[in-house]
Amino acid sequence: MEQVTLFVQQLLNGLSLGSIYALIALGYTMVYGVLRFINFAHGDIYMLGAFFGFFAAPYVAKLFPFAQYDSFTPQNFLGIISGAGLVMLISMTICAVIGVLIEKIAYRPLRNRPRLNVLITAIGVSLFLQNITQYFCGAQPRAFPQLIPVQAIEGLGDLTVLTTQAAIILSTIVLLILLRFIVMKTKLGMAMRALSLNPEACSLMGVNIDTVISFTFVLGSALAAAAGVLVSLDSPSITPLMGNLPGIKAFVAAVLGGIGNISGAALGGLIIGELETLVVGYLRPELRDAIAFAVLIVILLFKPTGLLGRVEREKV
Amino acid sequence: MRRSRLLLFGYLLVCLLISLFAEDYISTRLAYYYDILITIGINVILAVSLNLVNGYTGQFSLGHAGFMAVGAYASASWSNHLDPIFLTALGGPANPLATNVALLISMMFGAALAAIAGLAVGIPSLRLRGDYLAIMTLGFGEIIRTAILNTDFLGAARGLSVSGIYTNLFWTFGVAGVATYVVLALVNSTYGRGFLTVRDDEVAAEAMGINPTRYKVQAFVVGAFFAGIAGALYGHFKAFITPEGFNFFRSVDIVVMVILGGMGSTAGVIMAAILLTILPELLRALAHTQVVPPAYQGLLENRLILYSLILIILMLTRPQGLFGGLTAMRSKTSRAKEQ
Repeated sequence: MEQVTLFVQQLLNGLSLGSIYALIALGYTMVYGVLRFINFAHGDIYMLGAFFGFFAAPYVAKLFPFAQYDSFTPQNFLGIISGAGLVMLISMTICAVIGVLIEKIAYRPLRNRPRLNVLITAIGVSLFLQNITQYFCGAQPRAFPQLIPVQAIEGLGDLTVLTTQAAIILSTIVLLILLRFIVMKTKLGMAMRALSLNPEACSLMGVNIDTVISFTFVLGSALAAAAGVLVSLDSPSITPLMGNLPGIKAFVAAVLGGIGNISGAALGGLIIGELETLVVGYLRPELRDAIAFAVLIVILLFKPTGLLGRVEREKV
Repeated sequence: MRRSRLLLFGYLLVCLLISLFAEDYISTRLAYYYDILITIGINVILAVSLNLVNGYTGQFSLGHAGFMAVGAYASASWSNHLDPIFLTALGGPANPLATNVALLISMMFGAALAAIAGLAVGIPSLRLRGDYLAIMTLGFGEIIRTAILNTDFLGAARGLSVSGIYTNLFWTFGVAGVATYVVLALVNSTYGRGFLTVRDDEVAAEAMGINPTRYKVQAFVVGAFFAGIAGALYGHFKAFITPEGFNFFRSVDIVVMVILGGMGSTAGVIMAAILLTILPELLRALAHTQVVPPAYQGLLENRLILYSLILIILMLTRPQGLFGGLTAMRSKTSRAKEQ
């Protein structure tokens, strides 16, 4: 029985980790869908999201005094949630603007160049974001302020679910539903889907491609920023290089789900998160970072289109 | 071909003479410049060998430092464990011939292991292209580093001291010359045209009966071999290696050299390797003069800010690299003629 509890516990931990990967992976997959290239700098938007949350929190704390509470009570619940939500929203807005700017400055002029050039530019942008943050904020880890009280949720028996983990999972669900609504029900979302199917036909139908691409970057960057703030709730130590590994793992998640496929990215993120937690829990903790690469090798060797991706034939 | 071989031997002879007569003077009186000089040589080897993969074969490898790490750790372990036997057999550490032979043997051991690692990466990567390959090689570099970090035998995070500082000007610049010669001779041979074909159009290459996989793997193996030598030279120069010395940013250093020099232009890549080795030193010197306000010192000393800007600006304005103009222009005119 204990074994089962432990296993369920691991799955729950994996779920919160996987939510983070899923949020980041969505940005990779959406940008890939419309532009057919991997935005290497996406992991650093996630890092910036954490940093903007870090800088925004003291200001928001003046409006909603969330920092003083040690635990949730029915009276302070709403205040805490809106405070944390506001921090997240500010960070998401700033990162969305940054994402659009990056696309405008660095990627748009290269749109018709070889893909390798765009890849190199993206690596350049990634390095730039990391190092400029390091220059301004220092390389030392910073302690992220506590936005919501960390406590175990009661009434779950032997399972321990922290409020922060619950916040991560619930926020991710809300964001995913919101994203699904935007992509499936709005005009811009429809334009995004059309663009990923056939760019030329799409522009012939009068869709402004530049607007749609900017919008894609808005969505992707905002989700990454949300992931950055959310992960800082759970592990409140942020550094300028924190985006590197999660960025790569989320990319693997996007490939696993079938790059370009939005539900695939969410699914892939969850699978990678679960796998990582299980490997750390049951095999060896050192393998934590290697597992994502192993998954990438396996998936590219046996099913390069990913779990939900469609087959794309290379035309000569 | 015969002329180029003659050139190589002449160059090696010059290296040997400089090493014989000037090495002691430079290494003792001009220690700082000696350090830069050796680093230039090592960087040239790395950049030229990566250029075979990234430039000529058109694959994008982000894990060259991983191969360097394999070479460095393998040759260091060889020297640490087997030198007591070999060196005494050859005449002891005081005998310059013995140390050079010991260096050569350990270097070859490191290079061979690095080449095997190159094969190990090359084979699964044969189905991957462009972005995927970049991520894969990046991952490989990280896996190597993590593996070393968790291997107590190799010193783990503590680092590994290397017995014997054998690296000298002859071997560093000699190998740089040989690497350049090998890459140029390979690419300019009838057989080696396949590398360029794979880069220019993989599908067309396949249609012409060229096996792209084979060329890609070969490029990886040769590239890794020389990266392994570079790692061995680095280890036997610094006498102490840590896994952090071979991280992702080290790979980026080499990639920036190749891109700045112009992918597929060996002369350009060599120039870029020299330039990018000296530049951080110059900037550091500049940062500590009175000219620069203290607030900007960090900006100048952080080479990665500079490198990232170089990458972005180059791709936006001059994707063929600083010195890669000639080849790129030629291919553009020939393409225009075809149309």
